[in-house]
Amino acid sequence: MAVKVRIPTPLRKLTNGKDEVSADGKDVKEVIDDMERQYPGLKERICEGDGKLRRFVNIYVNDEDIRFKNNTDTQLKADDEVSIIPAIAGGTA
Amino acid sequence: MNFTEEQIERYSRHIILPEVGGKGQAKLLNSKVFVLGAGGLGSPILLYLAAAGVGTIGIADGDCVDLSNLQRQIIHDTSRVGTHKALSAKKSIEAINPDINVVTYEERLNADNIRGIIKDYDILLDGSDNFPTRYLMNDAAFFEKKTLISGSMFRFDGQVTIFKPHEGQPCYRCLYPEPPPKGLVPSCQEAGVLGALAGVVGVIQAVETVKEILGIGNGLAGHLLIFDALGMNFRKVKVRRDPECALCSDKATIKELITYEEACEIQAAKCGHSF
Repeated sequence: MAVKVRIPTPLRKLTNGKDEVSADGKDVKEVIDDMERQYPGLKERICEGDGKLRRFVNIYVNDEDIRFKNNTDTQLKADDEVSIIPAIAGGTA
Repeated sequence: MNFTEEQIERYSRHIILPEVGGKGQAKLLNSKVFVLGAGGLGSPILLYLAAAGVGTIGIADGDCVDLSNLQRQIIHDTSRVGTHKALSAKKSIEAINPDINVVTYEERLNADNIRGIIKDYDILLDGSDNFPTRYLMNDAAFFEKKTLISGSMFRFDGQVTIFKPHEGQPCYRCLYPEPPPKGLVPSCQEAGVLGALAGVVGVIQAVETVKEILGIGNGLAGHLLIFDALGMNFRKVKVRRDPECALCSDKATIKELITYEEACEIQAAKCGHSF
């Protein structure tokens, strides 16, 4: 099943500039793996070596943070929108 | 509170709003707001808070105005290059509204000075440009039980939220437990940012500040507002209080301020001139 994944600016270098990509999977873990197949290098930007999400990157399914659902085991259904939202720090002080 | 004739005229467009009125304007004039950073976000924040009549405004910035700042830092101007940003901002605010008491801190905040500086303010705003300062500000705001209105940006993306752990709402560490390690995020110099994006993000912080002071509307506490300038999309996602939060949960392990290493060398402009 394909879902839409929103890509933040810092990762668009890896998705050929695309701000939204389509990826297959029944849960978030499978979607991440499918994105890695399509856009090699993306997984290591958002996950630690053990597959857990990095602590300064969040993934949302619709408007819910997956850390408060089932993490990367969070199930997906058609029309769900997955967003990758990293911490950003700029204020250009 | 008794307004002068001039104040009634100056703030008339606020006072005639039923949600503000004379009472609300008096709240603004009696409020004390602290703004960290007189840069890209700080510029629009400070200009609007000053115009709105926020009575006491604290400004902390250790840097001086550089020519490359003027692409987005609209509180400064060409004649101020080389002067302390906090002092330059104060000068602009005083020209807009002589009602405002401006307190400047021309220094970088650190674990030793931050709590003493912020404790006298009602509301704190973060317009800093690096992760170590953001975590320092978040942790200090938690320990001092102050509301923190946070804005940040990167290239074409902006984020705004409000942290109020003292009122049962999340803190920055509930949203992002730890800063990225050095080297994993692009350095400040290579990042770049769309100048007008700072206006969008900073003005949203200013709107949220005024609403907080007045106690009106729905604030962004518990939500993260994400702005994508290229797609011209605003989206709101939920921010939940993390029951495992190292700072604000029952399982907290952080009991004092932490100093993180700067992820990038910040090139401070030389302060060649002063007022």
